[in-house]
This record gives sequence, structure tokens and C-alpha cells, in this order.
Amino acid sequence: MNTTAIDTAPPAPSDYYSLTEAPPRNGTLLGFWIYLMSDCFIFASLFACYAVLGTEYAGGPTGAEVLDLPGLAVNTALLLVSSVVFGFGMLEMQRLRKGAMLGWLAIAGLLAAVFVSLEVREFLIMIAEGAGPGRSAFLSSFFTLVATHGLHVTLGILWLIVLMVQSIRFGLNEDNVRRLRCLSMFWHFLDLVWVGVFSYVYLVGVVR
Amino acid sequence: MNQPSPSHAVPHDGRDPMHEHQGSLRGYLTGFVLAAILTVIPFWLVMDDVIANKQLLILIILVLAVVQIFVHIVYFLHLDTRSEAGWNMMAFIFTAVLVIIVLGASIWVMYNENMNMMPMSPQYQQHHPISHQPTGNQPQP
Repeated sequence: MNTTAIDTAPPAPSDYYSLTEAPPRNGTLLGFWIYLMSDCFIFASLFACYAVLGTEYAGGPTGAEVLDLPGLAVNTALLLVSSVVFGFGMLEMQRLRKGAMLGWLAIAGLLAAVFVSLEVREFLIMIAEGAGPGRSAFLSSFFTLVATHGLHVTLGILWLIVLMVQSIRFGLNEDNVRRLRCLSMFWHFLDLVWVGVFSYVYLVGVVR
Repeated sequence: MNQPSPSHAVPHDGRDPMHEHQGSLRGYLTGFVLAAILTVIPFWLVMDDVIANKQLLILIILVLAVVQIFVHIVYFLHLDTRSEAGWNMMAFIFTAVLVIIVLGASIWVMYNENMNMMPMSPQYQQHHPISHQPTGNQPQP
């Protein structure tokens, strides 16, 4: 009898926690930012490896001999445009125009896919020329750093596809908007890392 | 997947996540133009051999890269001192300090390490071909 009464009674107002200390509603975005900062640190370590090992050619090819600058220019342009186009998609998301957003995101994803395939092609050509990751410390650190970035972009594309399907099926609800914001940060962050890659790994690698 | 939790009972305080960190078309286009300029300059410098001095060229490339990274952070990632009550900025500054320490110290230490190693000139390597001796499978005398 007592138990039934308790079960059907409306929940007592909870006065044991303070409403003002609730976690911020956008805590996910801050958490994701902290993840990006830790990811930044992974890249910093790989950059440090390349900085230390980048001139240890072991009698093998040097940066000027194997690195393909015209291809790099195309890749850089692809990633930069993809980043801006993703930003356009985010602007459409703020206006809750789902169709336009999906269009921009699809373009951004395609540009990134072309980027990854060109990078894989470059890697295969280098390996076929005998400049694979096992040739010298320079090439080991080069492949580790650039491929880690490429892997990030690949996973970003997968994530983008998942979120596009989610948005089509469930609309631009709060959850999807939050996820898309995280992906947007991830996308721009990868373009930021690429600035370091093309400047330091490729351009400086060719010059020195 | 969205478990109702006490925090969801908190009324919106007007800071809806839907409308935070708004970029603007103008912002993205400004960032794009700046980034494109900062990308084209180092490519042009390297591909057209504009500057003969390698040290100076590398320095210019790195300075432009740092400037471009800040352009990306401001115009694309929308980092400012107000976002997330400044915690984004705190995390960023913390990471930047660590990154500078790791990169700077690695380069500094290993540069000195290389400088202080026993010199191996090509002539020395010719007369003492240690690295060219076959290892293993040596017939025992």
C-alpha cells in the first residue's frame, strides 16, 4: 500500500542539487576542442620527428628529388576549398536549410576524397620509385606524418557520410547540429594541420 | 541515446548551441582570401626560385605558415577569448606552449647532438668503410 503510493506520487522537487551548477549545454563542443588540442599534440610530436630526421637521407633520395610540388599545390587548394565549402554548409545549417547544407557538405566531402586519392597515388608512385617508408629516416618520418594526416581526413569523410545520413533521416535536430559542429571543427583543424605539412614538410623539405 | 538527465531540466538561458560560434559568409570569405594569399606566396617563392638565400627562404616560409595558422584559427575555427567562457582559449594557449616546447627543444637538442658528433666527412668514410662492411655470414677463420 505504501509502495504504490510512493510510485504513483509525482516526483518530489529535487532540492539536493543546484540548478545553477548544471554542466554547460555546449560542454560537448569544449570537450571536442580539448580532443583537438590533444590531436594537435600528436601532430606536434610527428612534426618534431620530421624536424629531427628530415635530413637523414641515408644515401637515398632527398626531398627535392621525390616531393612533387605541382601535385602538392593541387592538394593544398583542394583542402582549403573543402574547408571553406564546409563553412558554407555550416552557415546553411544555422539557417536550418537542410538541403543546401547537404549540398555544400557533399562538395566538401568530394573535394576531401579527391585529396585523399591523390595523396594515395603520390605515395604509391614514391614507393614504386623505391622511395618508400623503409628507405631512410627522412622517408619514414615523412610517411608517418603525412599518412597520419591522410588517415584523419579519411575518417573525417566517413564521419561526414554518417552525419549526412543522420541529417537526412532525422533532420537538423539538436543532436545532429551538435555533431555537425564538432565535425566542422575537426574539418577546419585538419586544414590547419595541412598548413604545417605543406609548409614545413614539403616546401622546406624541398628547399633544404 | 539521449537519456533524460537532470541537466536537461535546466531552462535555456538563451545561449542555444544552435546559435553559438556563428561564422559569417564574410568571415569565411575573408579567411579564404587571406589563406589563399598566404599559400600562394611560399609556393611561388619556392617553385620560381625567387630567393637564393636558403636560410632566409625557410624563415619566410615558416613565418607565413604561422600567420596562416592564425588566420585559420580566427576565421575558420572561430576561436576568441569569449567562446566557452575562455576555456577554449586556455586549452589552446596550453597546447601552443607545449607544442613550442616539444618542437623547439627537439630541434635544439638534436641540432647540437649532430654538431657534437664525430665528424664523418666523405673522405673519412672512404678510408674507413665501416658502414659498407658486410655484416653476418662471415666465414670463420
